[in-house]
Amino acid sequence: MDLSAINPVLFVAGFLIAATPLIFAALGELVVEKSGVLNLGVEGMMIMGAICGFATAVETGSPLLGFAAAALGGALLSLLFAFLTQITLANQVASGLALTLFGLGFSALLGQSYVGIKPPRLAEVNFGPLHDIPVIGPILFSHDIILYLGFALVVAVWAMLKFTRAGLILRAVGESHDAAHALGYKVVRIRTLAIMFGGACAGLGGAYISLIRVPQWTEGMTAGVGWIALALVVFASWKPWRLLLGAYLFGGITQLQLNLQGAGVAIPVEYLAMSPYIITILVLVVLSADKSSAPASLGRTFHASS
Amino acid sequence: MIRLEKRPQASQTFSWAAPVLAVLATMVFGGLLFAALGKDPLASIETIFWQPLFGDFAFYYRPQLLIKGAPLVLIAIGLSLGFKAGIWNIGAEGQYIMGAIFGAATGLAFYPTESFLIFPLMILAGALGGWIWAMIPALLKVKFGTNEILVSLMLVYVAEQFLASMALGLLKNPEGFGFPGSRNLQQYGSAHNAELITGSGMHWGVVAALIAVIFAYMLLARHRLGFAIRVTGEAPRAAKFSGVNPTRLVLFCMGMSGLLAGLAGMFEVAGPSGQITIDFNVGYGFTAIIVAFLGRLHPIGILLAGGLMALTYIGGDIAQSQLGLPAAAIQVFQGMLLFFLLAFDLFTNYRLRLGRAEAA
Repeated sequence: MDLSAINPVLFVAGFLIAATPLIFAALGELVVEKSGVLNLGVEGMMIMGAICGFATAVETGSPLLGFAAAALGGALLSLLFAFLTQITLANQVASGLALTLFGLGFSALLGQSYVGIKPPRLAEVNFGPLHDIPVIGPILFSHDIILYLGFALVVAVWAMLKFTRAGLILRAVGESHDAAHALGYKVVRIRTLAIMFGGACAGLGGAYISLIRVPQWTEGMTAGVGWIALALVVFASWKPWRLLLGAYLFGGITQLQLNLQGAGVAIPVEYLAMSPYIITILVLVVLSADKSSAPASLGRTFHASS
Repeated sequence: MIRLEKRPQASQTFSWAAPVLAVLATMVFGGLLFAALGKDPLASIETIFWQPLFGDFAFYYRPQLLIKGAPLVLIAIGLSLGFKAGIWNIGAEGQYIMGAIFGAATGLAFYPTESFLIFPLMILAGALGGWIWAMIPALLKVKFGTNEILVSLMLVYVAEQFLASMALGLLKNPEGFGFPGSRNLQQYGSAHNAELITGSGMHWGVVAALIAVIFAYMLLARHRLGFAIRVTGEAPRAAKFSGVNPTRLVLFCMGMSGLLAGLAGMFEVAGPSGQITIDFNVGYGFTAIIVAFLGRLHPIGILLAGGLMALTYIGGDIAQSQLGLPAAAIQVFQGMLLFFLLAFDLFTNYRLRLGRAEAA
């Protein structure tokens, strides 16, 4: 075992990349849950985003178009969930599971001819001299635009929820849909928009895995990141800043176990690969004592008559 | 204007009609999907639903129906108990894997001793493996209030890694020329879950599935615990007043579903599959979720739904080899089924009314 093989600068830069899919997916789900809807289909929407983004990037040669397609693909799939839970009033847990099962199958179908292809690379943002600063340069100023977009989105969602009228309405719908309805807000419409935002974000996160982090396409390649994102929302107590912190923590763990695998630690690869999932469980256990910050209407079905 | 009106009582008719409608809608939209893939939709549907039962090679496929259906029914019965009470065990796939590992390890520990005691011991070990794996989310839920959906699902990934480590390490066949995978239990008489009647597909897993159906039916219809499960799902507050202990209910439902999933894994590894390999699990644990819902969380319904789902697996295989239909298309088909079911379920609790709402 040779721990000196792990370059700390590359490690930090790497875990920022590993955290980005989680930031997107979890941030989208945070907005969805703030509106009172529990969408367990994050994994399905991510994998749809991963293949839509990958296929579009390969066909057009433009990774940015790929990301746009991924957001669209995720949002379209999430519309199915919105239809089931908001129009036909189906159970949200079951509908979310259906979305994941369907997404995994559908993405495998779409991705058949894309196995083993290398996607076009998304260029780093040019920060000029900033890039050449030792240590800080490679860590902070040597990434693609989507990574910075993820960070900006956290700030935007935080500000939206905290300072804007739209954020207030979204939270009102999530805390008490009956009260919001009585005040004249369109509960179903607001929730549908939130679900679509969540779908688009999950799609972007999925495409970040297939286009930048890995980068290639394999069936079921999201490997539970969508579920970890769901856990992350609980971890963050539905607060964007804590979500960012949590995503970096999980990104760090993922990156660390990959680096340890590479460094040839005496622990078998399989047990290292388990660690992100086990740590997710441990974190859930520690944090689940406090549920007070969960939106009060989370997971409950709304129908104007009842 | 069309609007929805809540029914005063859930419609019995629609409760049973919704799955049938969902299957028909899936056939139509599945046909469209197959047409989009450039396959003849009618031929595809016929291949999937007709050939395994009444085609030229039905004698070969019919036993497969039992082999593929048994694990689905076994797992779905367990899941349905929890789902009814609002306890969501999503990690049956992991419990299935652990049951298989425990069962196979027990059998292999005695290799090459022959004894009639080994197989029953393996059954116990398989049940124990699944039960332990399900007890982790159950205990965390009752002790710390942790979300059982997320924990049970995370444990699927942990179990998959554990399976890989077993197939490559501890349980690897010492005479396997270095290939990953355990000894083949089909060649070890005392541990082999052989067909009870040759060529019928009937093995002990099928028997266990049938027993589970009867057991679950009696539990839900006649036993106090079954009442507790139903009342907790339908009216949690009423459950509290009638003296239901939620902690015990969580432990029972999760434990039971884990135990049955573990059994399914054990019967599979000792019979049709034969050995522990890296890709031993094929998603029965997830498909069983569809089976449970399609069967209306009712034991008899699950039996029928399990048969239907097994049919799509076998028919999908045939369509794959004969028509070149991609394997993923069948997965999409199964996912669609759940979508349509959830959508049609609307009419169980609501009805459509034409015209304007009356003034209250």
